[in-house]
Parts: sequence; structure tokens; C-alpha cells
Amino acid sequence: MTKLVYQLDGLTCPSCLQKIEGAVGQQAGVKSVKALFNSSKVKAQIDPAVTNADTLKKTITDLGYTVVNVRSQEA
Amino acid sequence: MHVIQTHKQEAMIGGGVLTALGLVFSQAWLLVLASLVAGLPIAVNAWEALRYKQISIELLVTIALVGAVLIGEPVESAVVSFLFLFGDWLEQRSLAKTRSAIQGLAAAAPKTARLVDGVTVPVGQLAVGDQVRVLAGETVPADGKVIGGQANIVEAAITGEPDAKRKQAGATVYSGTQVSDGTVDIEVEKTGYNTVYQQIIDLIEDAQDAQSPVATFIQKFARWYTPLVLVIALLVGLVSQDVRLAITILVLGCPGALVIGAPVSNVVGLGFGAKHGILIKGGDVATKLDQIDTVMFDKTGTLTQGKISVTTAQYWTPDEANVAALVAAVEQATAHPLGQALVAYLQPQTTPVVEDVKVTRGVGVQAQVAGHTVSVGNQKILKQPQTPEQRAAIQAIVSGGASLVLATVDDKLVVAYGLRDQLRPDTPAMLADLSTNGKKTIVLSGDSQAAVEHMMTDLPLSQTRGGLLPADKVSAIKAAQAHGEKVMFVGDGINDGPALAQADVGVAMGSGMDVAIDTADVILTSSRLTNLGVLFDLAKRMNVNIKQNLVIAIGTVALLLSGLLVGLVDMASGMLFHEISILLVIANALRLRHTPRKWQNLTAIKAHQPQTANNEGK
Repeated sequence: MTKLVYQLDGLTCPSCLQKIEGAVGQQAGVKSVKALFNSSKVKAQIDPAVTNADTLKKTITDLGYTVVNVRSQEA
Repeated sequence: MHVIQTHKQEAMIGGGVLTALGLVFSQAWLLVLASLVAGLPIAVNAWEALRYKQISIELLVTIALVGAVLIGEPVESAVVSFLFLFGDWLEQRSLAKTRSAIQGLAAAAPKTARLVDGVTVPVGQLAVGDQVRVLAGETVPADGKVIGGQANIVEAAITGEPDAKRKQAGATVYSGTQVSDGTVDIEVEKTGYNTVYQQIIDLIEDAQDAQSPVATFIQKFARWYTPLVLVIALLVGLVSQDVRLAITILVLGCPGALVIGAPVSNVVGLGFGAKHGILIKGGDVATKLDQIDTVMFDKTGTLTQGKISVTTAQYWTPDEANVAALVAAVEQATAHPLGQALVAYLQPQTTPVVEDVKVTRGVGVQAQVAGHTVSVGNQKILKQPQTPEQRAAIQAIVSGGASLVLATVDDKLVVAYGLRDQLRPDTPAMLADLSTNGKKTIVLSGDSQAAVEHMMTDLPLSQTRGGLLPADKVSAIKAAQAHGEKVMFVGDGINDGPALAQADVGVAMGSGMDVAIDTADVILTSSRLTNLGVLFDLAKRMNVNIKQNLVIAIGTVALLLSGLLVGLVDMASGMLFHEISILLVIANALRLRHTPRKWQNLTAIKAHQPQTANNEGK
């Protein structure tokens, strides 16, 4: 299990949260995902054997958001 | 695709200019071009979301735009696409303001650190055990202990206290605090995400997204709302055969102010608290705070300063200095706060060897020192009857409300000490403020009932209860809750973990940050008790603010829908009102950034003025 925290470049619409949570949550290997509106962060728990930080980052950028940095933590 | 997504602002300006030109010269092709330019980033985002099977607001707008162009309404499509991007841009800018309190905190964290040998390294590379040097005007890069030099350090980032504290060898310093003058060398104990400062930032960020029940409900609702609008618009279009009406519903249906209203109030409110040393763990805590009717306090270190001083010392021995050395030697072997206070008071010059230390909980400590059996503790250590004079002295100390410490040498009573804590200077004002607001105030203490009562004389308290173990405090809270009372417990976070957890709202004060972060709902990082009043006030203002925002949001929807029914609202004006309502709720939330007049002088502890009688607290 790896915990990932993506810092995004300012989320404006709360509907972005549904979009991101839905899109990231569908990916294989994603155990849980939470998009935080106010801090503009996406927190995800992933199985590092199935997916990785870059795959999810691409999903988020595809949706039109800019990832400022990623924090990864073994859990 | 990504290029288009990142150039929304250019598309907005381009679309705006083209729309203006198209309107001025009445050129339909210019308006169609404007719709295309401004609509493209919207459509791309809609498509990307759709690829992940998400129905977004952008999708609703895109369909509406295409529909408008097809039915020959290029004015509407041009105006709507421009307004959508413009609104988005304004929202981003004004939302940035609501987040400024936290971003200010995060930005204050230093990026580099100077090692003692002069090498500068990025903060990320610091390791536990490294020694860093911090000069005047610089920010401490990690948590640690001072190992050399001395300095005045402003800990406002952690505690909200603006006054500098003197720090020298042995003192703990925190990342994010600032050296105002002097130089210190620090041995690093915690780095990066483990520092208290980063924990505070994480805590607030999580808190700002921990929503109140109302907000959570609205967000769940919003998840279904967007697809629902699409379905309704489709049905209306099919039944009425009126494309214009259907696409107008799509635009009006965008969930805006309703979804953003409550979160935005929470962000600003919690940010305001954080700036003043009040960390609230989420919007739901603010909701609960409004219902509190009973406030229970721990005494030592909460209502009092927790700095115990010796007020009476009555010796029955010709050799006071020797007895003092024996007592100090024994107490040095314990960690009891009273013992620590005694050692500080006695200032022993010599330290005799202590052997065979036996600590009995609730009684005292016994040890062999210099061939004598020395016991220090309460009256239970006494094995021989006392003289009338000794009994009188002990009685005087106890009835005076001080804590009693006795010492025997070879079972002979040689000294009686009276120790006393001091009230915090703002305790009376804070208690008066709470009772003026109609809250019950109760002290729960581990000290004897007599000591608690004496210390709390003349304070506006509903009840004082002494002689309680930590578990008794929990039972006291449970009992009150069983009576339907909503209980807040205020304690120091170290000894009071269970009580903090049991209370409806647990407030931890000052010390013990690490523990408190886990168990408490609110953390007062400074030792200023008046912040309790600010806390209640802030919670009330936040709850009112959220309600106002809901009224604005629901009112807008109602207004637009009825406008649509009577034919007053079209696509463009609908989008305009929609964006205005979003900006209104943000502006309303931003009012929470201002300090109410009552608390204007937050940094100073002011004498209580009973002018708060009309604050409708429960």
C-alpha cells in the first residue's frame, strides 16, 4: 500500500472533485481516493504492484488539472 | 488537448473580444467564432471527463452551446461561453483569497537550512541528528533542541503569540518559528512532514475539507444533480419540442453557489482561527460548538498556569539545610510535578546518593539516603503521631487551599511544605464571559476538593469537583451527556486524552501538541484562555455564514426557475445570475476574515467587560 498526495493548482468547482474522484477511482490498483476541494489536493491509496504515481498523475492532467507536486509514502 | 486546457484565460479574452465585435457590428459569423474560441476549452474538459464516464458541468454547457448555435442563437452561445470562462477565472481568483491563511502558513516554511559547518542544504535533505545554525531574521528549518547560543524566537506560526521567547541550550524550538535576534545552533529531532508546524498545516488542510453534515449532504446531492439536470433537460426538450427551453435548463441547472456555499465558509472560518492560534478540526466541529451548553475544565495547567511554587515551608529540625538536601535528593528521583517544584525551590547544592527508591501511588516516595530512611509525600507517609504544633501547621496549609507535602527522616516528621499553583490572568474574564453566554462551567480536578475550592473561590463556576482520577473525569462527562447536555472539555492534552475524546468537543490547550492533534477536536496553540470565547464566537459566525450562503444559493435557483417559467430568463442572463450568485457566496464567506470588534485586541489579555449580555448563546 502506498499513500499518494497530489497538490493541484487550485480547484475551482466542487464538481471537479466528482470528476477526479470518479476518474482516479476507476483505475486498477486504486484502493481509495479523496479529492480535497479547499486544499486542492488529491489523496489516494494505491497498490504499488498494480499502478504508480505517474499513471494517476496522467489521469489528473488529462482531466485538465495541473499537478504541482506529488508526495508518496509507504503505508 | 492539454494545450487548450491550459489556455483557458486566452480563450476567455479572445471569446470576449470577438463577442463584443460581433455585437457591435451585428456579424453573426463573429459570434459563432467567439463561441468556438471560448467554447473549445469547455468542450475539451467535458470530453476528457466523459472519457472517464463523468458527467461534468462542462458537458451541460457544451451541449447548450452547440444547441444554441444550431438553432441560430449565436449571441447567446457567445455570451454564455464567455461568461462561463470569466466566472471560472473570477472564482479561481476569489477562492485563492479564501485559502490565503493556509497558503501563508505553508509559504512561511523555509526552503533551505544552514548546517553548523556553514554548508547550506535544502530542507528536504535534513536528517535527524544534523546540527543547523539559525541567525537573526531567519526561520527555524526543523524541530529540535538548542545545543548552543541563545536567541529570542517568535513562535507566532505555532502559537499565534506575537511576543518573542528567550531560548537557550536545552530548549525546544519548532520549525516555522522565527529568530528575532541572536543565533542558535540546533540539533534536529524532527524534519519535514513530521514537524509540529507541518502537522498543523496538514491538520488545518484536512479540517477545511472535513465538512459539516449539511455540506456533506449537499456534495452527495451534487453528484446526482448534474446527470439529473441533463435528463430533465432532455425530457423537457422531447415533450415540449422546444430546444431553446431545454438548453436554457441545461445552463440554469449548473450547481454552483449551492455546492460551494458551505465549504467556502468553512475554509475562511477555519483559516481565521488558525491565524489566531485556534485549530478547529473541521466544519462539523463548528456545528457542534454551537450546541455546547456545559464546559468542563481541567484545573492544573488549564485554568492555572501549571507553574507550582512553594508558599509555605515549616521545619521541625535544627538542621534545615541537611533536611532540604535529603528531600531534594529523594524528589529528584521522581517525575511528580510537586516534586519538581520542590526541587526547584530547594536548589540543592549537594546531591547525596539515593538508594532503594520506592514510589507508592497516591502516597509518596521512600528512599535510603546517607544512612537515613527518607519519606516524602502526603499525610499517609506519617507513622507516628504529630505534636499539636505540627497538626496546626498541617491544618493551616490544607485549609489555605495549598497542596501539602510532608517529609519524614527515620519516621520522624521534619518538614511540611505548602505548594500552590497560580490562576492564569485571564481565567476570571474567560469564565465570566462563558457564564454570561449562559454556559455551565465545571472544574474537574485531581487535586483535593479543599484545594480546588480554595483556588476557585469567587470565580463564576457552576460546580467544582476535586479528587478525580482521569477515569472519573470521563464518567463525569458521560453523566452530563446522559442528561442531554452537550459537553465541551478543556484540558492539557497530555493527561486528559480520554476526557477529550469523550466530550462532544474536546479542546486541548498549549502543551502536548502531538497527543492533542489525535484526540482533541480543537487545539488552542497559545495558552491564552480568551481564545475560548473567540472560538465560540467564530463557530457561531461560521454557522450563520453557511446559512446565509444556502439562502443565497437556493434563492438564486428559485429566482431563475420562476424567471424561466414566466419567460424572463434566457440562457445568457441565466448564466450571468448563476455566476453572480457564486461570487456572492464567496464574498459573504470572506467576511469571516475580519476580526469582530469584540476581539479586536486579540493579542492583549483584556479585563472582562460584561457587555456581552445580548449575545444569544445557549
